[in-house]
Amino acid sequence: MKLSFLLNGRPTEVDCEAQETLAEVLRARLDLTGTKVSCEVQVCGACTVLVDGLPVSACTLLAYEVRDRSVLTVEGLARPDGSLHPIQQAFIDEFAFQCGFCTPGMIMATKALLDDNPKPTDDEIIHFMDGNICRCTGYVPIVRAIKRAAAQIQQEKGK
Amino acid sequence: MMPLRRFRIHQAREIKEAAEMLAQFGDKGRLYAGGTELLLAMKHDLLRYEHLVDVKTIPGLDKIELKNSTLHIGSTATHRSIENSPLIREHFPVIAEMERHVANVRVRATGTLGGNLCFAEPHSDPATLLLALRAKARVQGSKGERTLEMDELVAGAYETSLAADEILTAVAIPLSAKPRRAAYLKFQIHERPTLGLALVLELDDGQNIKAARAVVGSVSPKPCRSDKAEALLAGPRDKVEKQLPHAAKALAEAADPVDDLEGSAEYKRHLIGVFLRRAFDRALQRPTAHG
Repeated sequence: MKLSFLLNGRPTEVDCEAQETLAEVLRARLDLTGTKVSCEVQVCGACTVLVDGLPVSACTLLAYEVRDRSVLTVEGLARPDGSLHPIQQAFIDEFAFQCGFCTPGMIMATKALLDDNPKPTDDEIIHFMDGNICRCTGYVPIVRAIKRAAAQIQQEKGK
Repeated sequence: MMPLRRFRIHQAREIKEAAEMLAQFGDKGRLYAGGTELLLAMKHDLLRYEHLVDVKTIPGLDKIELKNSTLHIGSTATHRSIENSPLIREHFPVIAEMERHVANVRVRATGTLGGNLCFAEPHSDPATLLLALRAKARVQGSKGERTLEMDELVAGAYETSLAADEILTAVAIPLSAKPRRAAYLKFQIHERPTLGLALVLELDDGQNIKAARAVVGSVSPKPCRSDKAEALLAGPRDKVEKQLPHAAKALAEAADPVDDLEGSAEYKRHLIGVFLRRAFDRALQRPTAHG
Protein backbone atom coordinates (compact mmCIF):
# COMPACT_ATOMS: atom_id res chain seq x y z
CA MET A 1 0.00 0.00 0.00
CA LYS A 2 1.35 3.40 -0.95
CA LEU A 3 0.49 5.88 1.74
CA SER A 4 0.49 9.62 1.04
CA PHE A 5 0.03 12.12 3.81
CA LEU A 6 1.31 15.36 5.21
CA LEU A 7 3.93 14.70 7.89
CA ASN A 8 4.97 17.68 9.98
CA GLY A 9 3.94 19.91 7.11
CA ARG A 10 5.83 17.98 4.41
CA PRO A 11 4.12 15.86 1.75
CA THR A 12 5.25 12.30 2.46
CA GLU A 13 4.85 9.03 0.62
CA VAL A 14 5.72 5.69 2.15
CA ASP A 15 5.18 2.03 1.30
CA CYS A 16 3.54 0.07 4.09
CA GLU A 17 1.18 -2.81 4.71
CA ALA A 18 -2.41 -2.58 5.88
CA GLN A 19 -1.70 -4.03 9.32
CA GLU A 20 1.08 -1.57 10.20
CA THR A 21 0.32 0.94 12.91
CA LEU A 22 1.13 4.61 12.54
CA ALA A 23 3.79 4.26 15.27
CA GLU A 24 5.47 1.42 13.36
CA VAL A 25 5.51 3.44 10.15
CA LEU A 26 6.79 6.60 11.88
CA ARG A 27 9.49 4.83 13.87
CA ALA A 28 10.64 2.01 11.58
CA ARG A 29 9.99 3.32 8.09
CA LEU A 30 10.46 7.05 8.57
CA ASP A 31 13.03 7.01 11.41
CA LEU A 32 10.99 9.39 13.55
CA THR A 33 11.59 7.79 16.94
CA GLY A 34 10.31 10.73 18.99
CA THR A 35 6.96 8.96 19.17
CA LYS A 36 7.30 6.44 22.01
CA VAL A 37 5.45 3.15 22.36
CA SER A 38 4.70 1.87 25.83
CA CYS A 39 1.42 0.22 26.83
CA GLU A 40 0.33 -0.58 23.22
CA VAL A 41 -3.33 -0.59 24.30
CA GLN A 42 -4.29 3.11 24.03
CA VAL A 43 -4.12 3.66 27.75
CA CYS A 44 -0.83 5.44 28.51
CA GLY A 45 -0.61 8.15 25.83
CA ALA A 46 3.16 7.89 25.25
CA CYS A 47 2.51 7.44 21.51
CA THR A 48 0.20 10.46 21.16
CA VAL A 49 0.47 12.22 17.79
CA LEU A 50 -2.01 14.58 16.14
CA VAL A 51 -4.00 13.64 13.04
CA ASP A 52 -5.75 16.65 11.54
CA GLY A 53 -5.17 18.32 14.90
CA LEU A 54 -6.77 15.58 17.01
CA PRO A 55 -4.77 13.41 19.41
CA VAL A 56 -4.61 9.70 18.57
CA SER A 57 -2.74 6.66 19.87
CA ALA A 58 -0.21 5.95 17.13
CA CYS A 59 0.46 2.53 18.69
CA THR A 60 -2.97 1.27 17.65
CA LEU A 61 -4.16 3.57 14.89
CA LEU A 62 -3.51 1.92 11.55
CA ALA A 63 -1.20 3.98 9.34
CA TYR A 64 -3.89 3.43 6.69
CA GLU A 65 -6.07 5.91 8.59
CA VAL A 66 -3.80 8.88 7.89
CA ARG A 67 -4.01 8.63 4.09
CA ASP A 68 -4.42 12.16 2.71
CA ARG A 69 -4.45 13.59 6.21
CA SER A 70 -2.05 15.72 8.21
CA VAL A 71 0.09 14.16 10.95
CA LEU A 72 2.03 16.15 13.52
CA THR A 73 4.65 14.43 15.68
CA VAL A 74 6.93 15.84 18.35
CA GLU A 75 9.62 16.25 15.68
CA GLY A 76 7.39 18.77 13.93
CA LEU A 77 7.08 21.21 16.82
CA ALA A 78 10.42 23.04 16.84
CA ARG A 79 10.65 26.17 14.73
CA PRO A 80 12.63 26.25 11.47
CA ASP A 81 15.51 27.99 13.27
CA GLY A 82 15.73 25.04 15.66
CA SER A 83 14.33 26.87 18.69
CA LEU A 84 11.91 24.86 20.78
CA HIS A 85 8.14 25.23 20.71
CA PRO A 86 6.83 27.09 23.80
CA ILE A 87 5.29 23.82 25.06
CA GLN A 88 8.64 22.03 24.85
CA GLN A 89 10.39 24.96 26.54
CA ALA A 90 7.77 25.08 29.30
CA PHE A 91 8.27 21.36 30.05
CA ILE A 92 12.00 22.06 30.46
CA ASP A 93 11.49 25.20 32.52
CA GLU A 94 9.05 23.48 34.90
CA PHE A 95 11.11 20.25 34.97
CA ALA A 96 7.94 18.45 33.94
CA PHE A 97 9.67 15.13 33.26
CA GLN A 98 12.12 12.79 34.84
CA CYS A 99 12.73 9.71 32.70
CA GLY A 100 11.13 11.52 29.74
CA PHE A 101 9.48 8.52 28.12
CA CYS A 102 5.96 9.94 28.40
CA THR A 103 7.07 13.46 27.47
CA PRO A 104 6.58 13.44 23.67
CA GLY A 105 3.03 12.18 24.22
CA MET A 106 2.41 14.70 26.99
CA ILE A 107 3.66 17.50 24.76
CA MET A 108 1.54 16.43 21.78
CA ALA A 109 -1.56 16.10 23.96
CA THR A 110 -0.84 19.57 25.33
CA LYS A 111 -0.58 20.88 21.77
CA ALA A 112 -4.01 19.47 20.95
CA LEU A 113 -5.46 20.93 24.15
CA LEU A 114 -4.04 24.43 23.70
CA ASP A 115 -4.94 24.61 19.99
CA ASP A 116 -8.55 23.92 20.96
CA ASN A 117 -8.64 25.74 24.29
CA PRO A 118 -5.88 28.37 24.63
CA LYS A 119 -6.64 29.21 28.27
CA PRO A 120 -7.66 25.98 29.98
CA THR A 121 -8.56 25.87 33.65
CA ASP A 122 -6.85 23.36 35.95
CA ASP A 123 -9.93 21.12 35.73
CA GLU A 124 -9.94 21.28 31.94
CA ILE A 125 -6.23 20.42 31.84
CA ILE A 126 -6.72 17.46 34.16
CA HIS A 127 -9.75 16.20 32.22
CA PHE A 128 -7.94 16.43 28.88
CA MET A 129 -4.64 14.96 30.11
CA ASP A 130 -6.35 12.16 32.05
CA GLY A 131 -5.31 9.60 29.42
CA ASN A 132 -1.59 10.48 29.49
CA ILE A 133 0.23 8.60 32.20
CA CYS A 134 3.50 9.64 33.84
CA ARG A 135 5.06 7.32 36.39
CA CYS A 136 7.74 9.80 37.60
CA THR A 137 6.56 13.33 38.19
CA GLY A 138 3.24 13.05 40.00
CA TYR A 139 1.71 15.41 37.39
CA VAL A 140 1.98 18.68 39.34
CA PRO A 141 4.94 19.97 37.28
CA ILE A 142 3.17 18.84 34.09
CA VAL A 143 0.07 20.89 34.87
CA ARG A 144 2.35 23.82 35.71
CA ALA A 145 4.18 23.43 32.40
CA ILE A 146 0.91 23.38 30.47
CA LYS A 147 -0.21 26.61 32.14
CA ARG A 148 3.16 28.20 31.52
CA ALA A 149 3.04 27.17 27.85
CA ALA A 150 -0.49 28.55 27.51
CA ALA A 151 0.61 31.90 28.95
CA GLN A 152 3.70 31.99 26.73
CA ILE A 153 1.70 31.25 23.59
CA GLN A 154 -0.82 33.96 24.51
CA GLN A 155 2.01 36.42 25.08
CA GLU A 156 3.59 35.63 21.72
CA LYS A 157 0.24 36.06 19.99
CA GLY A 158 -0.18 39.46 21.61
CA LYS A 159 3.11 40.73 20.24
CA MET B 1 3.65 -7.42 22.00
CA MET B 2 3.67 -9.03 18.55
CA PRO B 3 2.89 -6.83 15.56
CA LEU B 4 -0.57 -7.30 14.07
CA ARG B 5 -0.99 -10.28 11.81
CA ARG B 6 -1.46 -9.57 8.13
CA PHE B 7 -4.87 -8.54 6.86
CA ARG B 8 -6.39 -6.64 3.98
CA ILE B 9 -8.63 -3.60 4.32
CA HIS B 10 -11.64 -3.25 2.04
CA GLN B 11 -13.31 0.11 1.68
CA ALA B 12 -17.07 -0.13 1.49
CA ARG B 13 -18.80 2.69 -0.42
CA GLU B 14 -22.32 1.86 0.71
CA ILE B 15 -23.99 -0.23 3.39
CA LYS B 16 -25.16 -2.85 0.92
CA GLU B 17 -21.61 -3.32 -0.35
CA ALA B 18 -20.30 -3.70 3.21
CA ALA B 19 -22.97 -6.33 3.93
CA GLU B 20 -21.99 -8.23 0.78
CA MET B 21 -18.32 -8.12 1.74
CA LEU B 22 -19.09 -9.43 5.24
CA ALA B 23 -21.22 -12.23 3.79
CA GLN B 24 -18.44 -13.12 1.34
CA PHE B 25 -15.62 -13.19 3.93
CA GLY B 26 -17.60 -15.04 6.60
CA ASP B 27 -15.50 -15.90 9.67
CA LYS B 28 -12.39 -14.49 8.00
CA GLY B 29 -13.75 -10.96 7.89
CA ARG B 30 -14.90 -8.37 10.36
CA LEU B 31 -16.43 -4.95 10.16
CA TYR B 32 -13.92 -2.23 11.02
CA ALA B 33 -14.73 1.28 12.24
CA GLY B 34 -12.57 3.15 14.78
CA GLY B 35 -10.61 0.01 15.64
CA THR B 36 -10.05 1.16 19.22
CA GLU B 37 -11.20 -2.19 20.63
CA LEU B 38 -10.99 -4.57 17.66
CA LEU B 39 -7.31 -3.84 16.97
CA LEU B 40 -6.40 -4.34 20.63
CA ALA B 41 -7.98 -7.79 20.61
CA MET B 42 -6.19 -8.56 17.35
CA LYS B 43 -2.86 -7.36 18.78
CA HIS B 44 -3.33 -9.78 21.65
CA ASP B 45 -4.11 -12.46 19.05
CA LEU B 46 -7.48 -13.07 20.70
CA LEU B 47 -9.13 -12.42 17.34
CA ARG B 48 -7.75 -13.15 13.88
CA TYR B 49 -9.17 -11.79 10.64
CA GLU B 50 -7.80 -11.75 7.13
CA HIS B 51 -10.16 -9.06 5.94
CA LEU B 52 -11.36 -5.86 7.59
CA VAL B 53 -14.31 -4.08 6.00
CA ASP B 54 -13.91 -0.35 6.61
CA VAL B 55 -17.30 1.32 6.93
CA LYS B 56 -15.96 4.81 7.66
CA THR B 57 -15.68 5.20 3.89
CA ILE B 58 -19.48 5.04 3.56
CA PRO B 59 -20.62 8.65 3.04
CA GLY B 60 -23.08 9.97 5.62
CA LEU B 61 -22.85 7.03 8.01
CA ASP B 62 -21.53 9.41 10.70
CA LYS B 63 -24.42 11.85 10.43
CA ILE B 64 -26.13 13.19 13.55
CA GLU B 65 -29.61 14.58 12.87
CA LEU B 66 -33.04 15.24 14.31
CA LYS B 67 -35.92 13.81 12.26
CA ASN B 68 -39.57 13.30 13.29
CA SER B 69 -38.86 14.01 16.97
CA THR B 70 -36.14 11.38 16.96
CA LEU B 71 -32.41 11.90 17.29
CA HIS B 72 -30.45 9.75 14.84
CA ILE B 73 -26.77 9.13 15.50
CA GLY B 74 -25.00 7.47 12.59
CA SER B 75 -22.95 4.47 13.65
CA THR B 76 -19.56 5.85 12.54
CA ALA B 77 -19.99 9.10 14.50
CA THR B 78 -17.04 9.32 16.89
CA HIS B 79 -17.42 9.79 20.63
CA ARG B 80 -15.86 13.22 20.18
CA SER B 81 -18.29 14.32 17.47
CA ILE B 82 -21.22 13.20 19.65
CA GLU B 83 -19.82 15.01 22.69
CA ASN B 84 -19.46 18.21 20.65
CA SER B 85 -22.68 18.01 18.61
CA PRO B 86 -24.81 21.14 19.26
CA LEU B 87 -27.92 19.07 18.53
CA ILE B 88 -27.05 16.51 21.19
CA ARG B 89 -25.94 19.13 23.69
CA GLU B 90 -29.29 20.85 23.31
CA HIS B 91 -31.63 17.87 23.34
CA PHE B 92 -29.67 15.18 25.18
CA PRO B 93 -27.06 16.86 27.40
CA VAL B 94 -26.78 13.58 29.30
CA ILE B 95 -25.40 11.86 26.17
CA ALA B 96 -22.83 14.62 25.59
CA GLU B 97 -21.79 14.41 29.24
CA MET B 98 -21.48 10.61 29.09
CA GLU B 99 -19.39 10.80 25.91
CA ARG B 100 -17.10 13.40 27.49
CA HIS B 101 -15.97 10.72 29.92
CA VAL B 102 -15.62 7.70 27.63
CA ALA B 103 -12.08 6.24 27.87
CA ASN B 104 -9.60 9.02 27.02
CA VAL B 105 -9.29 11.90 24.59
CA ARG B 106 -7.52 9.76 21.95
CA VAL B 107 -10.09 6.98 22.02
CA ARG B 108 -12.86 9.58 21.81
CA ALA B 109 -11.27 11.06 18.69
CA THR B 110 -11.20 7.74 16.83
CA GLY B 111 -13.68 5.37 18.47
CA THR B 112 -17.20 5.25 17.05
CA LEU B 113 -20.56 4.75 18.71
CA GLY B 114 -21.40 1.84 16.41
CA GLY B 115 -18.09 0.15 17.08
CA ASN B 116 -18.53 0.56 20.81
CA LEU B 117 -22.02 -1.00 20.76
CA CYS B 118 -21.17 -3.82 18.35
CA PHE B 119 -17.97 -4.82 20.11
CA ALA B 120 -20.26 -5.18 23.14
CA GLU B 121 -17.51 -4.79 25.71
CA PRO B 122 -19.30 -5.21 29.05
CA HIS B 123 -18.00 -1.85 30.36
CA SER B 124 -19.55 0.24 27.58
CA ASP B 125 -20.86 3.59 28.82
CA PRO B 126 -23.05 4.28 25.76
CA ALA B 127 -24.76 0.86 25.89
CA THR B 128 -25.91 1.52 29.46
CA LEU B 129 -27.19 5.04 28.92
CA LEU B 130 -28.83 4.29 25.56
CA LEU B 131 -30.81 1.41 27.05
CA ALA B 132 -32.14 3.84 29.68
CA LEU B 133 -33.10 6.35 26.98
CA ARG B 134 -35.07 3.70 25.04
CA ALA B 135 -32.77 4.05 22.05
CA LYS B 136 -33.34 1.76 19.09
CA ALA B 137 -30.69 0.18 16.91
CA ARG B 138 -31.25 0.50 13.15
CA VAL B 139 -29.75 -2.50 11.43
CA GLN B 140 -29.29 -3.29 7.75
CA GLY B 141 -28.24 -6.54 6.13
CA SER B 142 -28.58 -8.30 2.82
CA LYS B 143 -32.10 -9.41 3.78
CA GLY B 144 -33.25 -5.86 4.52
CA GLU B 145 -33.61 -3.54 7.48
CA ARG B 146 -34.78 -4.12 11.01
CA THR B 147 -34.94 -2.26 14.30
CA LEU B 148 -33.77 -3.69 17.61
CA GLU B 149 -34.09 -2.57 21.20
CA MET B 150 -30.73 -1.92 22.82
CA ASP B 151 -31.05 -4.96 25.07
CA GLU B 152 -31.76 -7.08 21.98
CA LEU B 153 -28.72 -5.72 20.15
CA VAL B 154 -26.31 -6.44 23.00
CA ALA B 155 -26.70 -10.14 23.69
CA GLY B 156 -23.89 -10.62 26.20
CA ALA B 157 -20.22 -9.96 26.77
CA TYR B 158 -18.63 -9.27 23.35
CA GLU B 159 -21.75 -10.61 21.69
CA THR B 160 -24.52 -9.01 19.64
CA SER B 161 -27.57 -10.49 17.99
CA LEU B 162 -26.51 -9.20 14.57
CA ALA B 163 -26.24 -11.71 11.73
CA ALA B 164 -22.84 -12.02 10.08
CA ASP B 165 -23.83 -9.70 7.23
CA GLU B 166 -25.78 -7.17 9.30
CA ILE B 167 -24.55 -3.68 10.05
CA LEU B 168 -25.66 -1.26 12.72
CA THR B 169 -26.39 1.88 10.72
CA ALA B 170 -27.71 4.28 13.37
CA VAL B 171 -29.02 4.64 16.87
CA ALA B 172 -32.41 6.36 17.10
CA ILE B 173 -33.48 8.02 20.33
CA PRO B 174 -36.99 9.37 20.67
CA LEU B 175 -37.49 12.84 22.14
CA SER B 176 -39.90 12.77 25.01
CA ALA B 177 -43.16 14.75 24.97
CA LYS B 178 -43.06 14.91 28.76
CA PRO B 179 -40.41 16.68 30.80
CA ARG B 180 -37.63 14.22 31.38
CA ARG B 181 -34.57 14.31 33.60
CA ALA B 182 -31.63 12.02 33.19
CA ALA B 183 -28.23 11.28 34.68
CA TYR B 184 -25.39 8.91 33.88
CA LEU B 185 -22.78 8.39 36.55
CA LYS B 186 -19.91 5.99 36.76
CA PHE B 187 -17.33 4.79 39.23
CA GLN B 188 -13.92 4.13 37.82
CA ILE B 189 -10.44 3.66 39.22
CA HIS B 190 -8.84 1.68 36.39
CA GLU B 191 -9.09 1.96 32.61
CA ARG B 192 -12.65 0.70 32.59
CA PRO B 193 -15.56 1.57 34.87
CA THR B 194 -16.46 -0.62 37.84
CA LEU B 195 -20.03 0.54 37.44
CA GLY B 196 -22.08 2.79 35.18
CA LEU B 197 -25.57 3.80 36.20
CA ALA B 198 -28.14 5.57 34.04
CA LEU B 199 -31.38 6.96 35.38
CA VAL B 200 -34.13 8.59 33.31
CA LEU B 201 -37.12 10.08 35.09
CA GLU B 202 -40.31 11.22 33.38
CA LEU B 203 -42.01 13.90 35.40
CA ASP B 204 -45.47 15.32 35.33
CA ASP B 205 -45.89 18.97 36.22
CA GLY B 206 -45.55 18.66 39.97
CA GLN B 207 -43.40 16.52 42.24
CA ASN B 208 -44.53 13.29 40.64
CA ILE B 209 -42.32 10.84 38.84
CA LYS B 210 -44.56 9.27 36.23
CA ALA B 211 -42.13 6.68 35.04
CA ALA B 212 -38.50 5.78 35.58
CA ARG B 213 -35.90 3.76 33.80
CA ALA B 214 -32.76 2.68 35.61
CA VAL B 215 -29.95 0.74 33.99
CA VAL B 216 -26.75 -0.54 35.53
CA GLY B 217 -23.80 -1.50 33.36
CA SER B 218 -20.21 -2.75 33.74
CA VAL B 219 -21.02 -4.87 36.81
CA SER B 220 -22.05 -7.91 34.78
CA PRO B 221 -21.81 -9.10 31.14
CA LYS B 222 -24.40 -6.67 29.75
CA PRO B 223 -26.36 -3.58 30.84
CA CYS B 224 -29.35 -4.54 32.91
CA ARG B 225 -32.67 -3.05 34.07
CA SER B 226 -35.43 -4.30 36.34
CA ASP B 227 -39.21 -3.80 36.13
CA LYS B 228 -39.40 -4.16 39.90
CA ALA B 229 -36.81 -1.44 40.49
CA GLU B 230 -38.48 0.88 38.01
CA ALA B 231 -41.88 0.43 39.66
CA LEU B 232 -40.29 1.49 42.96
CA LEU B 233 -38.80 4.56 41.26
CA ALA B 234 -42.19 5.92 40.13
CA GLY B 235 -44.57 7.93 42.28
CA PRO B 236 -44.40 11.05 44.46
CA ARG B 237 -40.81 12.24 44.76
CA ASP B 238 -40.70 11.95 48.59
CA LYS B 239 -41.96 8.39 48.47
CA VAL B 240 -39.53 7.40 45.72
CA GLU B 241 -36.66 8.88 47.68
CA LYS B 242 -37.52 6.59 50.62
CA GLN B 243 -37.75 3.61 48.29
CA LEU B 244 -34.33 4.13 46.71
CA PRO B 245 -32.62 1.42 48.80
CA HIS B 246 -35.28 -1.12 47.79
CA ALA B 247 -35.04 -0.10 44.14
CA ALA B 248 -31.23 -0.46 44.33
CA LYS B 249 -31.62 -3.92 45.81
CA ALA B 250 -34.00 -4.97 43.03
CA LEU B 251 -31.64 -3.57 40.41
CA ALA B 252 -28.67 -5.38 41.97
CA GLU B 253 -30.62 -8.64 42.02
CA ALA B 254 -31.46 -8.27 38.35
CA ALA B 255 -27.90 -7.30 37.38
CA ASP B 256 -26.34 -10.14 39.38
CA PRO B 257 -22.87 -8.52 39.56
CA VAL B 258 -19.79 -10.64 38.99
CA ASP B 259 -16.46 -10.64 40.85
CA ASP B 260 -13.67 -9.31 38.67
CA LEU B 261 -10.61 -7.06 38.72
CA GLU B 262 -12.83 -3.99 39.06
CA GLY B 263 -14.29 -5.21 42.34
CA SER B 264 -16.16 -7.97 44.12
CA ALA B 265 -19.82 -8.67 43.45
CA GLU B 266 -20.65 -7.58 46.99
CA TYR B 267 -18.83 -4.28 46.50
CA LYS B 268 -20.63 -3.65 43.22
CA ARG B 269 -24.01 -4.34 44.86
CA HIS B 270 -23.13 -1.71 47.43
CA LEU B 271 -22.12 0.74 44.70
CA ILE B 272 -25.46 0.31 42.94
CA GLY B 273 -27.15 1.70 46.06
CA VAL B 274 -24.73 4.62 46.34
CA PHE B 275 -24.91 5.53 42.67
CA LEU B 276 -28.66 5.14 42.31
CA ARG B 277 -29.08 7.80 45.00
CA ARG B 278 -26.47 10.06 43.42
CA ALA B 279 -28.08 9.65 39.98
CA PHE B 280 -31.49 10.45 41.47
CA ASP B 281 -30.16 13.68 43.01
CA ARG B 282 -28.25 14.62 39.87
CA ALA B 283 -31.17 13.94 37.53
CA LEU B 284 -33.53 16.13 39.53
CA GLN B 285 -31.02 19.00 39.63
CA ARG B 286 -30.66 19.02 35.87
CA PRO B 287 -32.56 21.59 33.79
CA THR B 288 -35.37 19.99 31.82
CA ALA B 289 -34.42 18.52 28.47
CA HIS B 290 -35.09 15.22 26.80
CA GLY B 291 -32.34 13.59 28.74
